[in-house]
Parts: sequence; structure tokens; C-alpha cells
Amino acid sequence: MNPTWSRFNVTSVVLGFAFLYLPIVLLVVFSFNESKLVTVWGGFSTKWYVSLFHNQGLMDATWVTARVGVISATVATVLGTLAALTLTRYTRFRGRILFSGMVFAPLVMPEVITGLSLLLLFVAVGLDRGFFTVTLAHITLTMCFVAVVVQSRLVSFDRSLEEAAMDLGATPVKTFFQITLPVIMPAIVSGWMLAFTLSLDDLVIASFTSGPGATTLPMKIYSQVRLGVTPEINAACTILIAVVAVGVIIASVANKRREVQRQLDEQAAQRG
Amino acid sequence: MSNIAITDSGPSTAAKPLLTRLGAGFVSRLVIIVPYLWLLFFFFIPFIIVFKISLSQSAIAMPPYTPVLDFTDGISGFFAGFRDLNFDNYVWLTQDALYFKAYVTSVIIAAVSTILTLLVGFPIAYGMARAPATIRPTLLMLVILPFWTSFLIRVYAWIGILKPEGLLNQLLLSLHVINQPLIILNTYTAIFIGIVYSYLPFMVLPLYSSLEKMDYSLIEAAKDLGCPPTAAFWKITFPLSLPGVIAGCLLVFIPAVGEFVIPDLLGGSQTLMIGKTLWNEFFANRDWPVSSAVAVILLLLLIVPIMLFQQAQARAQEQDK
Repeated sequence: MNPTWSRFNVTSVVLGFAFLYLPIVLLVVFSFNESKLVTVWGGFSTKWYVSLFHNQGLMDATWVTARVGVISATVATVLGTLAALTLTRYTRFRGRILFSGMVFAPLVMPEVITGLSLLLLFVAVGLDRGFFTVTLAHITLTMCFVAVVVQSRLVSFDRSLEEAAMDLGATPVKTFFQITLPVIMPAIVSGWMLAFTLSLDDLVIASFTSGPGATTLPMKIYSQVRLGVTPEINAACTILIAVVAVGVIIASVANKRREVQRQLDEQAAQRG
Repeated sequence: MSNIAITDSGPSTAAKPLLTRLGAGFVSRLVIIVPYLWLLFFFFIPFIIVFKISLSQSAIAMPPYTPVLDFTDGISGFFAGFRDLNFDNYVWLTQDALYFKAYVTSVIIAAVSTILTLLVGFPIAYGMARAPATIRPTLLMLVILPFWTSFLIRVYAWIGILKPEGLLNQLLLSLHVINQPLIILNTYTAIFIGIVYSYLPFMVLPLYSSLEKMDYSLIEAAKDLGCPPTAAFWKITFPLSLPGVIAGCLLVFIPAVGEFVIPDLLGGSQTLMIGKTLWNEFFANRDWPVSSAVAVILLLLLIVPIMLFQQAQARAQEQDK
């Protein structure tokens, strides 16, 4: 035990995590409530999950959200990785300041501004609002988060590995795919997952850029929340939380296993 | 220094066939150009369009505004369009006290909640940084995890807690702390709680990363030399955590000013914030030019904090190198 970890430190960490997690735990617990009143416990029931699956509007919205999420996260990962390479590898080119500004600004930009400006762009170029425009908007937002995640990995990257590969005659492109990409892969994977969850989560930008027939799950949940809090929404939220939690756990276990494997390989290599 | 995918990068590439070098130059240009053009088109140009629309007039049509500075009549038409520019929307914003009040309230709410988030987040980050090294990754994971769960859901969860007949009032009533339910939902208090809760991980993460790097023998030394713990905190710990404090505060303050979901769901109809005003102008009143003008002013208000944030990011990146 670390002697400097005082009782004050422990208490603040415990209270902090209680604050972070208690609302989510309560939400999950009350999704299994028999009573229609969300805050009065009336016994255990899974009926809200059953009625959820019979809610066609919600099911359609889930399908739209999943497709938007997968497509936008995939494109955003490619673009974000390129942006991260640009930021870390090319320190001098014309317009670099504007470029890094455009990568970092979306991270903090209020969503109402981003949403409105993208909508006005789509109207100006004559794109019909719908599935396609929401996807484009999500790519733009999430690629910047991918860029930051991948960049932090690239900064600590040992460049001598690449130099060795190129000295041995590998072309820059081959070096990238054989050396650089495998090393930054964990960051790319977590970048993809972050992009996917951000897309899954977004209400404001989707509301501005979406059109008829492309209602996403957060838009659906939001419109129902405005009518009142119901256990059915709690159930929908619980499923969403479960999907993300399982994804994060699988990714971190896979990451850990890869790390252990790498260490074993290194030890084996050292023993010769 | 030999950069990947750069043509003139040292002796090793000089011997390569010309074609490979040309190819590499093309690839390296592509790496820059593709994300650059994407962001230029989908992030930068839209702002110019917002500015343009903010100078047009509302009209009953689709899109619901009169065209300004259009290229449909050629270049001369574009320049002739300058005569039609219309600053009425901005005049309107200054004349109606509601907008001014919404801007001021938003900035105050964001500033107060940023300070509250710092006060709540600092002890957590400090406790995490001093935790045994073996459990630190787990703690870090636990701070990041809520960030992966939906923002909307986390805000929604508070409605059930804060309502007059909600869980918090039930608890306090049953403990006889209060005699009648507290009215928290649909007040500014609920907005503060919502912002502190939702943005806490954004504050804790940068604070933690600067506190974790800190050398605690400095505090031991101060203690040995007779410095009281509070003085040691203000003279050593706080100054050393300052990069984290600045980054965390900017990460909370900037988006909080334009926040929509939290004031809408937790603040009710009585509270005033500019993100909600913009939303209502757009969706309820269908006045695109006025909502564009609201967005332009909001952006001008935030441009300095955003630039500070970028500088902080750039500096952090330099230090990591």
C-alpha cells in the first residue's frame, strides 16, 4: 500500500466514482421496474424490454443509427489517422496552423454551431437532408477525435523502427503498412470505437442535418423524453449502455492479451 | 531525419529509383490533402455560409431566406449583391434584451459550472494520481467509461433523480431532512448539476495527467523544511498542475456556453441559455437568418477561448515529444 494515499484521497476517489456511476446504476435498475412510474419501485419485470422490441419506430431508429455509426466511424478512422499523421509528421507546410485549428476546434465547438453550419452547407450545395447528410456530418465531427487519439500514440512512436525498415530497402508505403500501422493499431481501434459511440450518442448535430426517414435513436429518445420519462426509455438506454460496455470490455481484454503476447515474444527473442 | 513517405529525406532514399520517389511524394501529399480538403469543405466553409446567411432576410420559402452574394448571376451579380446585405438580424439581436440576457446568462452559467467542476474534479484527480500504481489504470478506465455512455442518457438519468417526486426527494423525505420536496428540476441548480456531472471526466483526465507526472518528493521536501500542507499545496502542487487546470477548464467552459441538451432537459422552459435560444429560433420559429446571426455572435464570443485551447494542445504535444 502506498503510504501517501491518505484517507482524504481514498474518500474523494470513492465519492467521485459514486457520483459518476450512481445515476447510471439507478437508470438501469429502474428499467426493470414493474410499475409505469419510473421512480417508484413496483417489483421486478422485463416487460419494458418486450414492449421495446414491439416499438417499430424505435427499432427503425436503432437500425438507422447503427448504419450511420458503422459507416461514419470507418470513414472517420481513415481520415482521422491521415490527419494525425499530418499533424505529427509534417511540421512545415502551407496552412498548417489552419489545419491544426480545424482538427482541434470541433472538439470543443458547441454542437449547435456545428450542426447549423453543416445544415446550411448541405442546403447551399443542394444535398437532400437524410441518411447521407447525417453520415457526412458525423464523419466530420468524429474524425477529429480519432486524429487526437491516434496522434497521442504517434508522438510516442519510436521512429528508428521505420528508419531501419527503409534502410533495409522497404518503400515508405510498405514501411507504413508493415511497421507503423501495426504499432498504432490499438489507437486506431479505440479511435474507431470512440467515433462509433460519439455517432451513436449525437442528438444535436443529427437533429440539424437529418431529414425525413432518417430519425436516429437519440432523436427518437429525445422526442419521447420530452413527452415524459417512461421505463421503456430506461430499457432502451440500458441496452445502449450494455452494448457500449461490452464493446469496451472486449476491446480492453483484446488489447491486454496482445500486450501480454508481445511481452512473451520479446522475452523469447531475448533468450534467442 | 528521415520521414516516412517524404521524398527528400536523407541519403537512404536518394539511391532509390526516381519513380518510387515521385510515388512517395504523391502519397505524402495525399496524406495531407485528403483530410485537409475534407475539413476545409465540411468545417471551414460552412462557417462562411453561416455568416452569409446571417446577412440575409427571412422568407417564406425553402430554404427560408432570401439569397445573398449568390454566384447564379455571375461575378457581377455577386458584387452587386453587396448592396443587398442586410444587418437587420444583428440589429435585432441588440434590440431584443432576451438575446443579450441569454448570452450573459450562458457565459455566467458556464463559468460557474467550470469552477464547480474544477472543485469537484481536483480532489478526484489528485486521489487518483496518488493511488498505488497498480490500480491507477483501473481508476483511469473508470473515469473514461462514463464518457463512452451516451451524453443524452446520462442527462436523462438525472430527471428521475431531481424531479419533485424523484429519488433524491424520496430519500431526503424518508430521512426527515426535509418536510416537503425540493424543487430542483427546471431550475438553474439542475443545469449546474447536469454540467458538472456530464463534463467531469473532461476535467479529471487532463488534471490527472499533469498531477501524475508531479514529483512528490518536492512536497516531502517542503514538509521537512517546515512548510504547512496548505502552503505546500498552493506553492507546489497547484502551480505544477496548472497545464491540466487550464486544459480542463477550457474543455468544460467552451462547450458549456453553447450547451443545448442540459438546459433543455434539466432547465425547463424558465431558464435561458443561448444554445437553447438558437435551437428554438431554428426549429420552432424557422428563422434561419436570425439563428445564423446568433451562431456568429456565439462563435465570436468563444474564439479567444478556442484559440487558447489550441495553444494549450500544441504545447502539450511539444512536451510529449
